[in-house]
Amino acid sequence: MNASPLGYLNAAGTRAHSILPLTWFMLLVSIVVCLVIGILLWLGIQRRKVRGAEDLVRVPLTHDGNGVQWIRVGLIVSAVPLSVALVWTMFVLAAVAGPPVHPALVLDVTARQWWWDVRYNGNGPANSFQTANEIHIPVGQPVLVRLHAADVIHSFWVPKLTGKTDVIPGQVNQSWFEADSPGRYLGQCSEYCGYQHAHMQFEVVADTPQDFAAWTAAQLKPAQGPTTEQQTRGLALVQFRCGLCHQIRGTDAGAVMGPDLTHLMSRRTLGAGTLANNAGNLAGWVEAPQELKPGSQMPNQYLSAAELQDALAYLETLK
Amino acid sequence: MSEVVIAVPKDMPVGPIRRHGIGWWGAGTLIASEAALFSYLLFSYFYLGATNDRGWLLEPSPSLKLALPNTLLLLASSAVAWFGEQGILERRRGRALFGFGLAFLMGLVFAGVQLLEWHAKSYGLGTSSYASIYFVTTGFHLGHVVVGLFILAAIFLWTALDYFSPRRRLVVSAGVLYWHFVDAVWLFVFATYYLSPYLGFGR
Amino acid sequence: MKAADFRTPRVGIDSVEHQGKLYRHWERPEGVWGFLGSVDHKEIGIRYIVTAFVFLALGGLEALVMRMQLAGPNRTLLTPEQYDQLFSTHGMTMIFLYASPILSGFSNYLWPLLLGSRDMAFPRLNALSYWIYLASGLFLYAGFLTGNGPNDGWFNYVPYASKAFNPGLNEDFYALGMVFLGISVTVGAANFIVTAFRTRAPGMSIDRMPILIWGTLTASVANLVVIPAVSLAFFLLWMDRQFGTHFFDTAGGGQALLWQHLFWIFGHPWVYAIVLPAMGMVSDGLPVFCRRPLASYSLVALSTVATMILGFGVWVHHMFATGLPGLGLAFFSGASIAITIPSAVAVFAWLATIWLGRPVITTAFLFFASMIILFVIGGVSGFMTASVPVDWQLTDTYFVVAHLHYVLIGINVFPVAGAVYFWFPKMTGRMLDERLGRWNFWIMFAGFNIAFLPMHLTGLLGMPRRVYTYNDYPGWHALNLLTSVGSVIFALGILLLFINVAKSLKGKATAGANPWDAPTLEWSLPSPPPPYNFAVIPTVASRHPLWEGRLDESSKRSSLDRGLLLDQGKETIATSALDAGPDMILEMPQDSVAPLVLALGLSGLFVGLLLKSWTLTALGGVVLTVALFMWLWPRRDLREREAEAAHV
Repeated sequence: MNASPLGYLNAAGTRAHSILPLTWFMLLVSIVVCLVIGILLWLGIQRRKVRGAEDLVRVPLTHDGNGVQWIRVGLIVSAVPLSVALVWTMFVLAAVAGPPVHPALVLDVTARQWWWDVRYNGNGPANSFQTANEIHIPVGQPVLVRLHAADVIHSFWVPKLTGKTDVIPGQVNQSWFEADSPGRYLGQCSEYCGYQHAHMQFEVVADTPQDFAAWTAAQLKPAQGPTTEQQTRGLALVQFRCGLCHQIRGTDAGAVMGPDLTHLMSRRTLGAGTLANNAGNLAGWVEAPQELKPGSQMPNQYLSAAELQDALAYLETLK
Repeated sequence: MSEVVIAVPKDMPVGPIRRHGIGWWGAGTLIASEAALFSYLLFSYFYLGATNDRGWLLEPSPSLKLALPNTLLLLASSAVAWFGEQGILERRRGRALFGFGLAFLMGLVFAGVQLLEWHAKSYGLGTSSYASIYFVTTGFHLGHVVVGLFILAAIFLWTALDYFSPRRRLVVSAGVLYWHFVDAVWLFVFATYYLSPYLGFGR
Repeated sequence: MKAADFRTPRVGIDSVEHQGKLYRHWERPEGVWGFLGSVDHKEIGIRYIVTAFVFLALGGLEALVMRMQLAGPNRTLLTPEQYDQLFSTHGMTMIFLYASPILSGFSNYLWPLLLGSRDMAFPRLNALSYWIYLASGLFLYAGFLTGNGPNDGWFNYVPYASKAFNPGLNEDFYALGMVFLGISVTVGAANFIVTAFRTRAPGMSIDRMPILIWGTLTASVANLVVIPAVSLAFFLLWMDRQFGTHFFDTAGGGQALLWQHLFWIFGHPWVYAIVLPAMGMVSDGLPVFCRRPLASYSLVALSTVATMILGFGVWVHHMFATGLPGLGLAFFSGASIAITIPSAVAVFAWLATIWLGRPVITTAFLFFASMIILFVIGGVSGFMTASVPVDWQLTDTYFVVAHLHYVLIGINVFPVAGAVYFWFPKMTGRMLDERLGRWNFWIMFAGFNIAFLPMHLTGLLGMPRRVYTYNDYPGWHALNLLTSVGSVIFALGILLLFINVAKSLKGKATAGANPWDAPTLEWSLPSPPPPYNFAVIPTVASRHPLWEGRLDESSKRSSLDRGLLLDQGKETIATSALDAGPDMILEMPQDSVAPLVLALGLSGLFVGLLLKSWTLTALGGVVLTVALFMWLWPRRDLREREAEAAHV
């Protein structure tokens, strides 16, 4: 059960942790209530059930008691877990609702149909960079995410780290979380947002401080230039075709309609969690995204085999 | 010993007598639902106003030049319609016809002035959310005024055909009640759109 | 002859001659016009029920197609676009075209019979309500069948529903169709309210009404005041889409959340509106098979009303993740937890009824009794989502899908199936087959739980709702396959219900007036009841007129055989609102095609709006106005005007 990457009955971060005991309490209360009522119902039926009564009129009527005692006892017994749940809810709410006062990292995440644009706004433009669908954070430190919607309503959710916060046009909501241990945590859009709501995932990667610093430094760099002739041809093609929507820092591709591709190959998936990012999938994705993620904003490219090989040769340098 | 209970009513009204009849309840439920509709419209106005920044009001000080006299006119028409209803009650058909007829004309003038007021606005339906909610709310109200005018016209016609007496007149009373409702709702619309900015809402 | 303004109605007993008179006044003409003009609540009720079951079948087929797509990971039976329209249409169908109308149907059929009346307060309005329901249902399905079904879920959040992101006709069909349907629900609600308060038999004071009356009455009061919220929301959406207004788009100063507020102000009370009458069916039906009165009647009636009052104050619990301030969340969280209390009252009252009674196991009993446990399962999962921090994880996953299906199937479909077994003999004079009934119940019960109990776990494993496909994460495939298998079994169970009905309709009418030895007024009538229902208007002295002699709770006895004859026209009686004292003789309207014409005019108007054909819109408007005029024209036979000119 714990293996499901979106399961939330086990947590890997402070915020998700503080919700868990309450969740378990309510879940267990719920199961016990169902069992108790189920047993009472079964016993009640079995206890005095009238067998073989074809004709109800032959079963004499009774009117012993009016059952007020049942309701009184039932309500008193129910009131206990209800009150506990209510008070507990308020405490947990107070503990997790407010964002951290001194977050170690503040990110701006923009949800789009159907991917996540992630901006690290460091101190000044020189320290800022942009990536997509993969959020790296330092482990053990509170991270604040400001959520922007570019088109429709989405919802930001990393089950192992934090519950959902809707991403709504016209308002900037905030989510925050803290990862206990290094690892990869799956995130998923959880408000229906159109055709590819299913394939609108992202990953939060909790790094050790060293790894995080290294990753940040790598991300800050522009793309490295082509080194082979094929890569050079590929760059020209990519700038011309992909550059209409995508940005590759250090090249002429500078549009921001689609995910930033500067360090495409450093990411683990393609199409916001649609496919694993490997050479074969990348080729398929570039050529015919509409087959793999129907309705996605990226059109099929109809490249010749040679063009595709050139483009891939270049794209694979974007580490 | 058991005793069989049986209702033996004496001298019961047959069909609606005066305002007494299930049609009156029907009119009441209709009006309750319509009142709810307007409360949601006004909720939308206040919600949009409260969640927008300053400058949301396209007219921070709405002109009362036309709206105030028009409001008074509509209120007066309510009194006139009531006067007509009294005519039925007192078996004075001429007075009833005068009341319903005049109330109809006053309502017509109100609608005309409302159209003039729309025409004079510097903004249109699609200018901003303020403009949209302004036109849709006043438009909904205007729609109700038109329905009310149809009702007044019908009552006028039926009175002219001498259908009603002080006893058989539920249709008249329900129709006039609807007209009172249309006028009362306008007070809320007017207070919201024309007066609340002066009290500071949205400014 | 000058009709009398006042009359002392004759009291007497039923006779052949008397029945002949009543038949002349009440029986509708044969033939197409008679059919189209009928205002008989029993006929309208059955039309509602049949139509709603057709929509149930359609919604069920949609669900089965979706379950085939979801039976395994990464299946490609459906494109995302097809899946989106299917799940949206499924929700729209089940929630708006099945769950509410089926209860309106039963209430329409049963209310006057339960109340000791000869019809609803406004019979023509009743017919109108049905015709609009039918027309708007066809309107909405015309969209779906032309590939323009709703595609943004039943709650249709903006801005995805706005033109910029949804340029097709899909959302126009949905928006206009919902405004259209809203008219039906509103006039129906008004009719129920007035009927409950004004047309009960003499002596049926408010504390003697069957719980079904309480349920539908409460739901109707709610509908009357919340339907305008959703109609307005859909109208504003349509304005945004077609006339460039800015209610919901941020660029023009609109607010996406305004939609959610307007929708859920309606949406949450609506959820109670589509379960409270069904809970009423259980409260009235279950005791019959426990051979005793319902335990704690007053508390159950009170809890029905209390549920709705609290229900008005919890709409924000659908919006816990929208970034609202903490204090507001705490309030709505508390209210949502508190609403468990009245539900618990009903559950313990039912349990007490079983424990203190002598249960006789029939199919109807099984459906009613099983509803208790399904209600509890749906209730506790609701309790979990009421806690804001827990809801932040649960919401928009399959946990919520499981929850809402336990609520809607558990508290609506199961009681309704029970109601079919219970009241079918009254409606047709024919019993349903009990043996087939057992199969029907157990297959439905097993299929339902196989499909939806594991779905809670699917949700806890993180599967988001409204995804057209999913990756093969551990556990997801097996659970989804189980749900798909369960859904097929459940569908077979529903099919058995239909088969049982079809089979019985071919059989003989041998049920008799009161096959279950039940206590309420409808069982004092022949099955099926004559067009006028009650040959004499009964006087009611207790909650259980047919059990009085045996329960002997008081010395007072209801008078069922002897009562007001009211045979001088199409007449029934109005009583006072609370204690049901005789108040006036009501002249009931004759059959009329005006409601149908009005509904056709409205259809023209809405189709015109959809196509932006102002000619058609205006034409529909004219037909509508003329029909309304003819309808409201004061009539002598209804005593709406003087019998002759007041001034001769």
